[in-house]
Amino acid sequence: MDKNSISHHIFRQFNIELEEIRNRVFAMGGLVEQQIADAIAALVDADPHLAESVIANDYRVNALEVSIDEACSHILARRQPAASDLRLIVAVIKTITDLERIGDEAEKIARMAIRLSNMERPKDHYLEIQNLGNHVGRMVHDALDAFARMDPEAALRVAQEDDKVDHEYDRIMRQLITFMMEDPRTITRVLNVIWTARSLERIGDHACNISEYVIYLVKGKDVRHTSLEQMEKDARADE
Amino acid sequence: MTENTTFTHGIDFSALDRGTRTLRLASEQPCIEVKGLNLYYGEKQALKDINMVIPRNRVTAFIGPSGCGKSTLLRCFNRMNDLVDGVRIEGAVTLDGQNIFSKSVNVADLRRRVGMVFQKPNPFPKSIYENVAYGLRIQGINDRRTLDEVVERSLRSAALWDEVKDRLHDSALGLSGGQQQRLVIARAIAIEPEVLLLDEPASALDPISTLKIEELVYELKSAYSIVIVTHNLQQAARVSDYTAFMYMGSLVEYGDTSTLFTKPRKKQTEDYITGRYG
Repeated sequence: MDKNSISHHIFRQFNIELEEIRNRVFAMGGLVEQQIADAIAALVDADPHLAESVIANDYRVNALEVSIDEACSHILARRQPAASDLRLIVAVIKTITDLERIGDEAEKIARMAIRLSNMERPKDHYLEIQNLGNHVGRMVHDALDAFARMDPEAALRVAQEDDKVDHEYDRIMRQLITFMMEDPRTITRVLNVIWTARSLERIGDHACNISEYVIYLVKGKDVRHTSLEQMEKDARADE
Repeated sequence: MTENTTFTHGIDFSALDRGTRTLRLASEQPCIEVKGLNLYYGEKQALKDINMVIPRNRVTAFIGPSGCGKSTLLRCFNRMNDLVDGVRIEGAVTLDGQNIFSKSVNVADLRRRVGMVFQKPNPFPKSIYENVAYGLRIQGINDRRTLDEVVERSLRSAALWDEVKDRLHDSALGLSGGQQQRLVIARAIAIEPEVLLLDEPASALDPISTLKIEELVYELKSAYSIVIVTHNLQQAARVSDYTAFMYMGSLVEYGDTSTLFTKPRKKQTEDYITGRYG
């Protein structure tokens, strides 16, 4: 299926409803991307005000999740969608769950940023965290972009990024453990950094999940809990 | 740990593997086989090279837009098309391996083995009892006890017994539409056919009567092979194990119902079941 097939329903109101749901998912995605970026900026720039605004905005992400879920239930009850329409609704319901969790992780990072803002700062100003944050932020963006364009190849590239994120996360952990061993006075601060890294790594996993739903949406193949090789095969299968 | 085992008790995890749950046509026992079937009404070709296997003890649904040939194909299975002027049929339809178009086949006998129920309930203007007993009576069976038994068993199978048992000798025409349709099904199964053909059996019924017919179809498939033509896609999705999508006289896609309604292979099927114009 391709993007244009969303329209062309004989019952045109159905096109409008599906388009409206898609638009709200992308609005939610855009908001979540902004939340990640702001949370990282708040941490890196030691900006507690920005962090407060991230925490305050989380309700918007939650409200969008609830409203999209409700719209999906209405479509299931009233339209009895089949085939690609059904897969779109299933993919949306699952995607917004992951987006909401990403929003929660951004909120956690913002709380960490507030605590870290009045502690001593490292010389590199959390460059590693900034890099990891940019990396997973890009993954979320690319996963949503793959969803918007219904592009399984782009979704596959997001999934392939996840290994790199895991390596980056492991490297940061090893480094932070070294800091704590060298100077136990840093433990309180470093623990907050570890939790932040952990949240970022989880965001990468959620982006990866979204890319799996894109492959389900376009190809009808459930690639969750399979190997990357299997995922490549399914994403490129000719039906 | 013990709690965990209690929660998962009774779940066969090996059956949860990908792809092991779906029905597969290839592993079904064939009941009717259609081979290279072409059907013409005069100049107009109504069926084009149909090849398919109708599995035994399953429900197979035919879907497709009006005029696609699904009812024509259904009517081939008990040679109802023989009655149409100017019809010409090529190819073969076999029931238990025997070609039903061969000269040696007795059509009355074929229709005894392949029962049919139509869109509009068509009970005879007789009593409820006599409607169900009719098929046996014309076979020369008039023994009261045998007839009583068959009438009760058939009405029970058709989920109608409890509603009519106190008025078996009232006219069948006094029943509601849904009851009449179940009566017609009871009449069809009284003579123990192998195959039951249902041509839009619920399209003239209200939603509750429709669900009763669907429940009945589900119950009956353990004893009969059922083929149902329906315009109601949700009905096909609810009631059938396999679905065939036909378009302009051709069989476009045929496979297990779950897959056809979630991931059809052909764009034509997709457009039809999602309500798009192609």
